[in-house]
Amino acid sequence: MDAKELIARRVAREIRPGMLVNLGIGLPSMVANYVPANSGVFFQAENGVIGLGARPPEGMEDPHLTDAGGGFVTAVPGAASIDSAMSFGLIRGGHLDVTVLGGLQVDEAGRLANWKVPGRMVPGMGGAMDLVTGAARVIVAMQHSAKGVAKIVPECSLPLTSTRRIDLIITELAVIEPTAAGLVLREIAPGVTLDEIHSQTTARLTIADDLREMPLG
Amino acid sequence: MKAPLTAEAAAALVPEGSSLMIGGFMGVGSPERLIDAIVARGIQNLTVIANDTAMPGKGIGKLISAGAVSHLIASHIGLNPETQAKMISGEIVCELVPQGTLIERIRAGGVGLGGILTPTGLGTEVEEGKRKITVEGRDYLLETPLKADFALIGAWQADYVGNLCYLLTAHNFNPMMALAGATVIAEPEAIVPVGVIPPDGVKTPGVLVDHLVIRG
Repeated sequence: MDAKELIARRVAREIRPGMLVNLGIGLPSMVANYVPANSGVFFQAENGVIGLGARPPEGMEDPHLTDAGGGFVTAVPGAASIDSAMSFGLIRGGHLDVTVLGGLQVDEAGRLANWKVPGRMVPGMGGAMDLVTGAARVIVAMQHSAKGVAKIVPECSLPLTSTRRIDLIITELAVIEPTAAGLVLREIAPGVTLDEIHSQTTARLTIADDLREMPLG
Repeated sequence: MKAPLTAEAAAALVPEGSSLMIGGFMGVGSPERLIDAIVARGIQNLTVIANDTAMPGKGIGKLISAGAVSHLIASHIGLNPETQAKMISGEIVCELVPQGTLIERIRAGGVGLGGILTPTGLGTEVEEGKRKITVEGRDYLLETPLKADFALIGAWQADYVGNLCYLLTAHNFNPMMALAGATVIAEPEAIVPVGVIPPDGVKTPGVLVDHLVIRG
């Protein structure tokens, strides 16, 4: 199992039946592959659909139905199409149960930076700031470090997406929960040692009393 | 009844230096023929207000490639490397706005509100230079309304009264922009007889629409 699949499988265990869920583009969008189809979960794409389905077979694409990355998707039975004001009303208004986003950095205060690398990458924040501000639960799904450079750091050096403390960090090595008292290491991926985690993390981590192996299913 | 225009005739209404709200999300729901006709005119110095600039060769990306845009207010330009390069070089002055704030600023402009209060952006770069207002113990940023000289709308069906409806994720910014443009030009995929779009299916009432663009 590669790192991305492991992360996506672990994130999927956080999704409960009946939830309204927004998945970011890239790695987070893989989470949908591991949520059972009959779980009553509705995926929202912020460009305007509740009830996002899988990519359509070739030749069955509808040019009016894409995800937030512009890729072709389908809509599940019970889906609703909405405009951007309704879409962000759901997001900002507290109607979204979970958002899963990628990250560039998360710091000891649980703050996320994921929209800008000054002078190098200026894609814009898109919906990320609203999602982190408004979703009931924010899960950051990302590789633990970037080519050896830590992403879980004492304090974000990149521009913040929000000052809100996010709820959970899930990487290919660990599950870490930001709390008022700092970052708590809750789970370790199978076969990974504490030393490996510390060597790729510059933030201070508190080890949970009930630290366990990351369950994957 | 509206007298439908060709895309060329509609584009000729847009002077150089105008501000344009343009519907669409990564090109889905953008008025492509109208954009092509504006590019063909070769006008410059446009201000564009839109969610994104799609990608080179698609939707608003064609206006960017043509050098028609000097100012841009958008939420995401990450999938158009030309826009990013022109922003970094200073050829385009770009204001990046959180997507949920952008749509509400447009809505505010269109519905007569003096702005909106949002928690999005508090404590980030977005906060710089803005008033912070506390309501019932919570902090918000005051975000000002947006209006434009023109709203260019991509719709699915229009009737000859100008009533519009949209398909699936092609709604996006279109319905709110149709409220916030001084002149509203809609490019539907088809124009149907009055009555074909049922009243409950109308998302943009025809009273808002000044011009319809026909095929050909």
